[in-house]
Amino acid sequence: MPLLVDKHRPRSLEALHYHEGLSQRLKALANSGDFPHLLIYGPSGAGKKTRIVATLKELYGPGAEKIRIDSRIFTTTSNRKIEFNIVSSNYHLEITPSDVGTYDRVVIQSLLKETAQTQQVDTSAKQRFKVVVINEAEHLSRDAQAALRRTMEKYSPNLRLILVANSTANIIPPIKSRTLLVRVSAPTEGEIEGILKYTAGLEGLEYREALGRRIAKDSGRNLRKALLMLEAVYAQNEIVKDDTPIPPPDYEALISQIADEVLAEHTPARIMQVRSKFYDLLTHCIPATVILKLLTFRLIEKCDDALKADVIKWSAFYEHRLHSGSKVIFHLEAFVAKFMRILEGYLMGMVDF
Amino acid sequence: MSFFDLKARRAAAATAAKDAVPSTSAKDTTRTVPWVEKYRPKSLSDVTAQDHTITVLKRTLQSSNLPHMLFYGPPGTGKTSTVLALAKELYGPDLMKSRVLELNASDERGISIVRDKIKNFARTSVSNATTSQSSAYPCPPYKIIILDEADSMTQDAQSALRRTMETYSKITRFCLICNYVTRIIDPLASRCSKFRFKPLDAGSAEERLREICEKEGVRCEDGVIEELIKVAEGDLRRAITYLQSAAKLHNPNGITIEGDQQEDEGDRMDVDDAGQGSEVVTVRSIQEIAGVVPDDVVEQLLKACEPKKGRSVYTEVAKIVEDMVADGWNAGQILVQLYNILVYDDVVTADQKNEIVLLFSEVDKRLADGSDEHLQILDLALRISAVLAK
Ligand SMILES: Nc1ncnc2c1ncn2[C@@H]1O[C@H](COP(=O)(O)OP(=O)(O)O)[C@@H](O)[C@H]1O
Ligand SMILES: [Mg+2]
Repeated sequence: MPLLVDKHRPRSLEALHYHEGLSQRLKALANSGDFPHLLIYGPSGAGKKTRIVATLKELYGPGAEKIRIDSRIFTTTSNRKIEFNIVSSNYHLEITPSDVGTYDRVVIQSLLKETAQTQQVDTSAKQRFKVVVINEAEHLSRDAQAALRRTMEKYSPNLRLILVANSTANIIPPIKSRTLLVRVSAPTEGEIEGILKYTAGLEGLEYREALGRRIAKDSGRNLRKALLMLEAVYAQNEIVKDDTPIPPPDYEALISQIADEVLAEHTPARIMQVRSKFYDLLTHCIPATVILKLLTFRLIEKCDDALKADVIKWSAFYEHRLHSGSKVIFHLEAFVAKFMRILEGYLMGMVDF
Repeated sequence: MSFFDLKARRAAAATAAKDAVPSTSAKDTTRTVPWVEKYRPKSLSDVTAQDHTITVLKRTLQSSNLPHMLFYGPPGTGKTSTVLALAKELYGPDLMKSRVLELNASDERGISIVRDKIKNFARTSVSNATTSQSSAYPCPPYKIIILDEADSMTQDAQSALRRTMETYSKITRFCLICNYVTRIIDPLASRCSKFRFKPLDAGSAEERLREICEKEGVRCEDGVIEELIKVAEGDLRRAITYLQSAAKLHNPNGITIEGDQQEDEGDRMDVDDAGQGSEVVTVRSIQEIAGVVPDDVVEQLLKACEPKKGRSVYTEVAKIVEDMVADGWNAGQILVQLYNILVYDDVVTADQKNEIVLLFSEVDKRLADGSDEHLQILDLALRISAVLAK
């Protein structure tokens, strides 16, 4: 059975729920005969992808939904073979170049040129150009981004790019100046509630307003997460009430547990104990940043106001180390140790008075 | 994320495969050219704001002995346009195709290409121009190789160029173009006459933008041109692209002549305030396209940072930061805007400013290293708040 997130994913721009203004604009652009290169950015779960799929449909009709997944082999200049997955329809390609790390330039160069140089196969296609959707554009290497620059100008008759990113921070200025930047903000809690209610209605679930409000709040304005939570509550409880606990994803439950343990005892032995839990999370591919952030906010919830700024300070400090260092576990542990020190110091100070 | 998408898309693929292809006829492909291309200077005199560089170039052209050249300067200041205009003035549009080789970062330019393609082009001697061609254009007896975006060439590839440049200098001139002169190895740079391109001054940019607005029939509210110039920071390409984007968003179906849009407006009015009809481009839409955070949002954050008597600022600051991140505002942009307000704020003491600039330096570095935007902005805001409380 498909997940609710996918089952009721709106397929057309009209069916999209929030940001009506944005959907209108995309629709208008798609029908203007002069579709620009786009850089669509916003937090994850904001609905970027859904909007793109709907835009493609607006551009090409339902044929854009007929997709296949191919695996292609590219050869680098040093004769290395790299395998790469491409999702495509007759009218567009979707690629995630960060899958191939630093070889992304090779893939981009050959693939875009090839696409730009071949005409639409379908002569009745509504647009003369093909669209290439590039996911996780913020992870493109600088080389790959440089390679995109002239390509975007030179091949514009046959090719349009839609770059998708969580943030524009690592996109080089020449790319930004060649695209229409479209910001997709996450839906508000109110908008999320509306969609939960609507989805529950479609599924014939008895919707509880108060529960919906709690889910919306806990989701951190991430719609995908909210829908998963809704589904989990109803799957795990026969009778759902306003105050039915919302089961958190496994990794979140584990992180909450770490937070409780860290708060309860401030000893080297305790650090050892949570280390194994960190390893557990890491081996399940939970990114270190996610772990650190979630842990931080769980700790913040339960510590005194006076400490909060300090905790954030060190969290931000060690989160930076995650990127500039090489062993993430060191920095996760260091943060825990630092937190224990801060808390101890604070508690001692209190006793002194 | 990709996991769910993949699943959904597989499912979509399966269901969609059953539908028949709708036979839609291809749309009339009267393609609109991006304005940056449409308004690319056609001749050297057309290039604005680079007077010194252009004067020197013109003089060099007359001396009939073109040196190797190195154009450098920030993006969107006319480097590529200048070299293309120059080539056209030398050879004319027809001969240009065979006399000029243009390679840029999107072409493969590793060592092997330098050894083969570039060398081969460099060493072929030029055929004589027909009299009709040479009467209209100077058609000097050498070819030009343009290496645009040369700073993205590897050091090795650049080294390999040295020999080629020397060996064939009688029949081939090179023009290297880059943003940073320091990224070009010394032995190459020292063989070239250097031409610097400056960020466009506001006056020249404004003139150019107004001209485009007029030719394209774009109507702008007051302050739009100024805002464009401000956000583009001397990059005319960016200013022109933003202008075209804004015009397109406000008026996606081309420019309608005033008056005849009125009739079919009927049921459109309530659809959306953006995207339909021939509207005036607004300052806010330029800001939105450029990713500028609305002033009131930034001010709200600063207000929350102000020290409160006997109460922690944390909850309020954290909530605003969370919302800013969820709204997709770029951390770097937030940084710039906060900075511009704080360092010019008279209420903030000099000592506090000293401390605050240190914070900005640190957070900027962390963001550049790829740190989490949410945590960094939250940390910055809380630390600013602590400084303001002193
Ligand atoms: N000095 C200039 N004079 C006139 N137009 C310019 C100038 N600089 C940039 N432009 C405009 O910006 C666009 C990009 O300029 P380009 O020459 O490609 O910049 P770059 O310096 O990055 O090579 C041009 O098409 C033109 O419309
Ligand atoms: Mg250029």
